Amino acid sequence: MSQEILAIIGIFLVTVLLAIPLGRYLAIIYRGDRSWSDFMGPVERGIFRLSGINPEREMTWQQHLVALLTINLGWFFWAMLILCTQGSLPLNPDHNPSMSVDQAFNTAISFLVNCNLQHYSGESGATYLSQLGCLMFLQFVTAATGMAACVVVFNALREGTHDKLGNFYSYFVKSITRVLMPLSLIVALVVAFQGSPMTFQAKMPVVTVQGDSAVVSRGPAAAMIGIKQMGTNGGGYFGVNSAHPLENPTAFSNAVEDFSILLIPIAMALAFGYYLRRPRLGWMVFGVMTAGYLLLQVPTVYLEMHGNPAITRMGVDQHLGSLEGKEMRLGAPASALWAIQTTVTSNGSVNAMHDSLTPISGMNALLGMMTNAFYGGVGVGFLNFFVFIIVAVFISGLMVGRTPELLGKKVEAREMKIAVIVALLHPLLILAGTALSAHLFAGDPKEYAGWLNNPGYHGFSEMLYEFSSASANNGSGFEGLGDNTPWWNISTGIVLLLARYLPIIGPVAIAGLLARKKYIPESAGTLKLDTATFGVMVFFVIWIIAALAFFPALALGPLAEHFSLY
Amino acid sequence: MATQQSLFQPALVGEAIKQAFVKLDPRKMFRNPVMFTVEIGTVVMLIVTLGLLVKPDATQGGFGYNFTVFFVLFLTLLFANFAEAIAEARGKAQAESLRKTREETPARKVDAAGAITSVSSSQLTKGDFFLVEAGEIIPTDGEIVEGLATIDESAITGESAPVIRESGGDKSSVTGGTKVLSDRIKVVVTTAPGESFLDKMIALVEGASRQKTPNEIALTILLAGFTLVFVIVCVTLAPFAKYSNTPIAVASFIALFVCLIPTTIGGLLSAIGIAGMDRALRANVITKSGKAVETAGDIDVLLLDKTGTITIGNRKATHFWPAPGVQLQEFVQGAVLSSLTDETPEGKSIIELARDNKVDPQALQPQLAGAELIKFTAETRSSGVTLAGGTRLRKGAADAIRRLSEAAGHAYPPEVAERVAAVASNGGTPLVLSENDRVLGVVELQDIIKPGIQERFERLRKMGIKTVMVTGDNPLTAKFIAEKSGVDDFIAEAKPEDKMQYIRAEQQSGKLVAMMGDGTNDAPALAQADVGVAMNSGTQAAKEAGNMVDLDNDPTKLIEIVEIGKQLLMTRGTLTTFSIANDVAKYFAIVPALFMVAIPGLRALNVMGLHSPQSAILSAVIFNALIIPALVPLALRGVSYTPIGASALLRRNLLVYGLGGVVVPFIGIKLIDLLVGVFV
Repeated sequence: MSQEILAIIGIFLVTVLLAIPLGRYLAIIYRGDRSWSDFMGPVERGIFRLSGINPEREMTWQQHLVALLTINLGWFFWAMLILCTQGSLPLNPDHNPSMSVDQAFNTAISFLVNCNLQHYSGESGATYLSQLGCLMFLQFVTAATGMAACVVVFNALREGTHDKLGNFYSYFVKSITRVLMPLSLIVALVVAFQGSPMTFQAKMPVVTVQGDSAVVSRGPAAAMIGIKQMGTNGGGYFGVNSAHPLENPTAFSNAVEDFSILLIPIAMALAFGYYLRRPRLGWMVFGVMTAGYLLLQVPTVYLEMHGNPAITRMGVDQHLGSLEGKEMRLGAPASALWAIQTTVTSNGSVNAMHDSLTPISGMNALLGMMTNAFYGGVGVGFLNFFVFIIVAVFISGLMVGRTPELLGKKVEAREMKIAVIVALLHPLLILAGTALSAHLFAGDPKEYAGWLNNPGYHGFSEMLYEFSSASANNGSGFEGLGDNTPWWNISTGIVLLLARYLPIIGPVAIAGLLARKKYIPESAGTLKLDTATFGVMVFFVIWIIAALAFFPALALGPLAEHFSLY
Repeated sequence: MATQQSLFQPALVGEAIKQAFVKLDPRKMFRNPVMFTVEIGTVVMLIVTLGLLVKPDATQGGFGYNFTVFFVLFLTLLFANFAEAIAEARGKAQAESLRKTREETPARKVDAAGAITSVSSSQLTKGDFFLVEAGEIIPTDGEIVEGLATIDESAITGESAPVIRESGGDKSSVTGGTKVLSDRIKVVVTTAPGESFLDKMIALVEGASRQKTPNEIALTILLAGFTLVFVIVCVTLAPFAKYSNTPIAVASFIALFVCLIPTTIGGLLSAIGIAGMDRALRANVITKSGKAVETAGDIDVLLLDKTGTITIGNRKATHFWPAPGVQLQEFVQGAVLSSLTDETPEGKSIIELARDNKVDPQALQPQLAGAELIKFTAETRSSGVTLAGGTRLRKGAADAIRRLSEAAGHAYPPEVAERVAAVASNGGTPLVLSENDRVLGVVELQDIIKPGIQERFERLRKMGIKTVMVTGDNPLTAKFIAEKSGVDDFIAEAKPEDKMQYIRAEQQSGKLVAMMGDGTNDAPALAQADVGVAMNSGTQAAKEAGNMVDLDNDPTKLIEIVEIGKQLLMTRGTLTTFSIANDVAKYFAIVPALFMVAIPGLRALNVMGLHSPQSAILSAVIFNALIIPALVPLALRGVSYTPIGASALLRRNLLVYGLGGVVVPFIGIKLIDLLVGVFV
């Protein structure tokens, strides 16, 4: 087996091995048990005293959602303020201008929803202050928002009948002080030592090997790289993200950044089991997610390592794999690994251009975002998965001859209604958005010629990818799409907002409703969720609901492209 | 074949076919969102097809093809309606046959003054009194206010042995259509015409008052969700196709849509629910709502009366234990003499046991000539005979006989006392026999546990159901029988309040409880229980309180009811899984058919190697239509339930209906395509 393959298997295994203790640790801190990180206690208390919040006050699910949405709204105004005035604020040695209102709006929304779809380039479009004080800030708090919402669901699913589900702010602050901060700090230090800049000095003039003089953008990049990976944010410091040599300087930094993508999402899945003191449950979720992930990952690595037949026909040697759009120093397997990990997790950072993936790899990246539950974003990945659990519990509960119940709570019409709405939303946003775009383009190809670099099947994939990325809050792009136009800014903006908040509100509401119900103790006739059989059921529910709905669209995009190439 | 025949009786099929057309009324179809969308699609296809007659359009395909698609969709609707109609027809026929027995019987109405007028049964209203005598048919449901009668209830229960009903107590209820065999009773009418349980049941089956159960509603929401997903898929496909320059005919759109939405379960859903109630009715249980059947599947705790459920009716003599110095033969003869005139089951069982001990009861009969019978009283707690010669034979409770014997100056043998204790601790009841106040020995009476009951409890345990025995016995006896029969718990010396308390306690911990009862004092517990089954012989109050009535008065019926409930839910679950799993194959039939002319590369997706785009689409819709009637028998009969544990059950059903649901349509569509390919 080639060294490269061993390396990517190694990265994945290390991630899983470290996610296990992290999952236990997450369960401990969210339950409020004693842990080594209790030294952060005074800091947290200080924060709560300053903000006048009582972290002991238990909240109902509605109160949780009100708290969540309120602070999100506050951040939105904060982001708008900074981005619109950054040009005249300090820490702007390169004298970059303020953003226009519409661009600021797009950027603020996109970072607020943990998506980080970037219609600006960090080197010229942002300042050191806005990078740190606005964008990096949002990367921390939005990741923590997802994690806190997820913990509300964990809490709601514990045994017994409950109305109060813990304190949102407590979950939220702990997610930052005890998880995101320490982990991001480690990654930031590693990439800084590997060569990423961490400075407040202005652009550096350099003389290139050919003797040309140039200026190289720099700034406090290392700090942002840690959280952008750890918090499944994906918004890079530099325009081309982790394909930029200063954002991802070495093979080691690549491995560490790659590892950071999956770490918390996997740990969250396991934490579900540890939190409820039923570890097998966490392993069931992890198992299903991993099966789905590998189903996308393995063929992608294979295809990227085997090159593009069209290029082979041109007589180009491709024994290193398909290298178009990839960093030579990282190679095909590492890029393929990243491409799938970043799309299954709603991270969206890239170390290669997804536009240049072979069609089936591109389809797998698309499917990662379409299913959006194979690991998924920090916290929100589990929330998406939870909706599929509800549907699977409903059908399989019936199949064992009982009215369906989830962990001792009956799943009834109301929960089903919410689950169905959330499950429907994602295909609706992606397909309707793509359909409108396709309709506009097909109606007047000349008018919209600027949209698609490659009309035809690939152009279709580009549009499909853009909406999948927006709806999955992923933020990566199938570059090649001219997306800085009013149509794309507005349509994806709407999709971003809907696709972020409804899939948080829905699962929290379901869990809150379930928590209030009578608890039915388990018996021999009860469907067990922590079994491989139920895992298989969830797996098929995800594929049939989430993936099959896209089959016709995929047939017209990547599949058509594939069969015309191969 | 026997079941097949009974599933589709020609008369019922005719009625169902007629109803299948009547149900096409959109106002009726609207209740079922999945099939309603199919109806809309069918209408659109009809318009397109007719339009082609007026103005042929090459992009839409030929008239024949479009008409065929329309026709198959129309059949799909009819099949789905037929499934519901046949389930209704069966339920109705069953209920109707019960109701027939009670129509238009002459009745002798008694007015307040005591005057008797002859009226028709349909003229009797609630609160009226009527008289019935031996040989007459009871005109309507009621409660005996005066008298006692033996009644033949075989018309409704199929049980030929007559039953005794009397005023007061828990056996005062009579059912219309049954026949009085002896005596004369005065009955008060308890139900208004058209409001008896059977009338309610028929209304339930006919759909007039059929409410969707909570689980049906939730499932309908899920199915509506699936339908909406495919609305989105199909609507967005139009601009996609426009972009790709692959025009799609209306027929193909509608075919894709109809095939993808869960028509199989959508078409069978209400049939499954009706069939569940119908299966209960076949078991001679009238359910007051579909929800009760559903809840039965969820039961966690089953309260069962000992007598009749766990044990056979009454105690039986199982052993003669003579006192020291008494010959077995002498003892047995004494026992027989004291029991020959004893009509109680215990007394009869002593005679039977004597035969096994080679004593001929018939031969002893003459000795009873001129004997005086001593009845059992609560005071003496014994009974017996005083023979013509003055010999006093008494049998009764140990302490009563002991007192008798000791009062007469006889010593009470310690061996007898030991034997009495031994029998009691064995779960038996000791009966001591004395002759002229001298103790002859002990007759051991035992509860006889019904054969096979242990296996049934084992089965229930595997279902996750806890069984609780309710008995008036003392805790010692109760514990013994509980252990022997394998019930999980028992309530000894049970009073009606105890039942109620037990049910409340179990419900507090979140469990669902089922019980069966007949007496008025059971009514609160029946109402409290999640599934309360009242015996038909029980009081009106009990029947009102419960949510099911068992016409057979068979206490083991609860177990059957639980299984019917589970079957109902499982049938819903498995057919949903099957229906959704079918989509995989249908996608692979239709998607390549849509695009492979414009994008030849996509021919590779035609994994089934279907003949042509048109044949592929036709095969998919034909398969989609045919699978509904093919599954009607399963929907009506229900998926068989085996208690093998939830996970194993899920594994089995997932394998059969999930994997089967993926594989079967691949084969089915290919086969249909081979056939269709000949014509297209």
